[in-house]
Amino acid sequence: MRRALSWWRAAILLLALLGIWELYVDAGGADSLILPAPHSVAASLYDDRSLLWSNFLVTAEEILLGIIVAAAGALLTASLMHFFLTVRRASLPLLIASQTIPIPMIAPVLVLWLGFGLVPKVVVVALVSFFSIVVTTLAAFAGVDPDLIKLMRTFDASRWRTFRHVELPAALPGVFTGTKIAVIVAVIGAVFAEWAGANAGLGYLFEQSIPQLLTARAYATVVILSLFAIALFAVLNLAERLTLPWAHRPIGDSFR
Amino acid sequence: MIEAPAEEPRGRERTGGVRVESVRRTFDTKNGPVAALDGMSLRAGPDEIVTVVGPSGCGKTTLLELICGLQRPDQGVLESAPAALMPQRDLLLPWLGALDNAALALRARGIPRTQAQAQARPWLERFGLHEFAHTRPAELSGGMRQRVSFLRSLLAGKPVLALDEPFAALDALTRAEMQSWLAHTLQEEPRTVVLVTHDVEEAVVLGDRVVVMSPRPGRAVADIAVPLPRPRRRTDPELTALREHVYRALGVPE
Repeated sequence: MRRALSWWRAAILLLALLGIWELYVDAGGADSLILPAPHSVAASLYDDRSLLWSNFLVTAEEILLGIIVAAAGALLTASLMHFFLTVRRASLPLLIASQTIPIPMIAPVLVLWLGFGLVPKVVVVALVSFFSIVVTTLAAFAGVDPDLIKLMRTFDASRWRTFRHVELPAALPGVFTGTKIAVIVAVIGAVFAEWAGANAGLGYLFEQSIPQLLTARAYATVVILSLFAIALFAVLNLAERLTLPWAHRPIGDSFR
Repeated sequence: MIEAPAEEPRGRERTGGVRVESVRRTFDTKNGPVAALDGMSLRAGPDEIVTVVGPSGCGKTTLLELICGLQRPDQGVLESAPAALMPQRDLLLPWLGALDNAALALRARGIPRTQAQAQARPWLERFGLHEFAHTRPAELSGGMRQRVSFLRSLLAGKPVLALDEPFAALDALTRAEMQSWLAHTLQEEPRTVVLVTHDVEEAVVLGDRVVVMSPRPGRAVADIAVPLPRPRRRTDPELTALREHVYRALGVPE
């Protein structure tokens, strides 16, 4: 049932692109201080490993805490919105409108308010992650078969028990879907938050490296953040398969 | 009518009749109100099995939802003992094993998990599903899923069962097996049953009476007794004759 993704063609394309880049820089197409060749980025990844690692831990903590806060908050919010029509009517327009707030501008304001520490970063990451998780969780709630709700009513189930036994478990795959989408923007959010004011983290290190013309190191931070986002996505996929194995099976096909 | 059972089944109030009298039920649509049922009448005595056949869209599902108290009639009288629904699709929860799915009707009433499981387990054995107690619906056959679904509705402990085309989604062979199984189960565990179906043979094989409905707006156009002993054979000439009778009442030329 699962279609195996074929990676080797993508790997060949990536190597080819890196090769063109390398040849271009080596042939003098660009000053290596301005555009480092892939081999210097690789060298920086190795030479600066302890510096990169300690800053990575800072950013990883911001992202992970932010995503956890966002997922928990989104599940709670979506549940309340599903449970109470008034809450949904009141909050859905505001939620959608909140997406127009430019995060690069809100980040410095939050730093001003909450200080230079971990808190404003977690808040920014949670803010950018929150919306997609709420939306997919609400969609999962809405996807519950109305006949199932009727069935529970003929079993004399209270609204709460119907929620607990039927709707809440059905919504959990939605939380995972939204969180997987959120991982990508969470990394962007963490970088903006660090640019707004920080003394550690990969976003901070990037910002410090550019004026010092340590461009290979700057590229190395980008590589690490991308790989981290991909790894988070893969971990979430695995966690979903382990905790909700039923979510990847066809439902209601009665013809087997 | 089937013979009264030798012993009273446990844990169930024996009150269960259904009376539907000249019921009208309309729905508002974009093109104005549409009557799903108009002048519909039906009776089911305690532990009687009434099957309802009719063309598509004749309000059969509406009838069951009225009996289950999920809707109110606009006109007419509707009296029914508490009724549990068994939906057409099994609607089992994909994250629960067969045992927990069957026990859902108990958990819906607030019975704790271990207690609900303990109550459901002997039934699972009786239904030949004990090996599949922890198997999720995706890995059960269609017939097994319908048995779990039926057990779930049975465990709701209501005197009336409202079955909505319970076997419509099954292949013909499994459907025939499930019909015999249901007839047998209801002999051992009598309930007042209102079963709606498209399938005339199913109606005649299972019902003490067959109520034939008109196209929308639905009402009863015939009420045919099936005075045959159980177990019934599909090839029984009397059963075949009754089947033809039902087809004629439906207006289908034989």
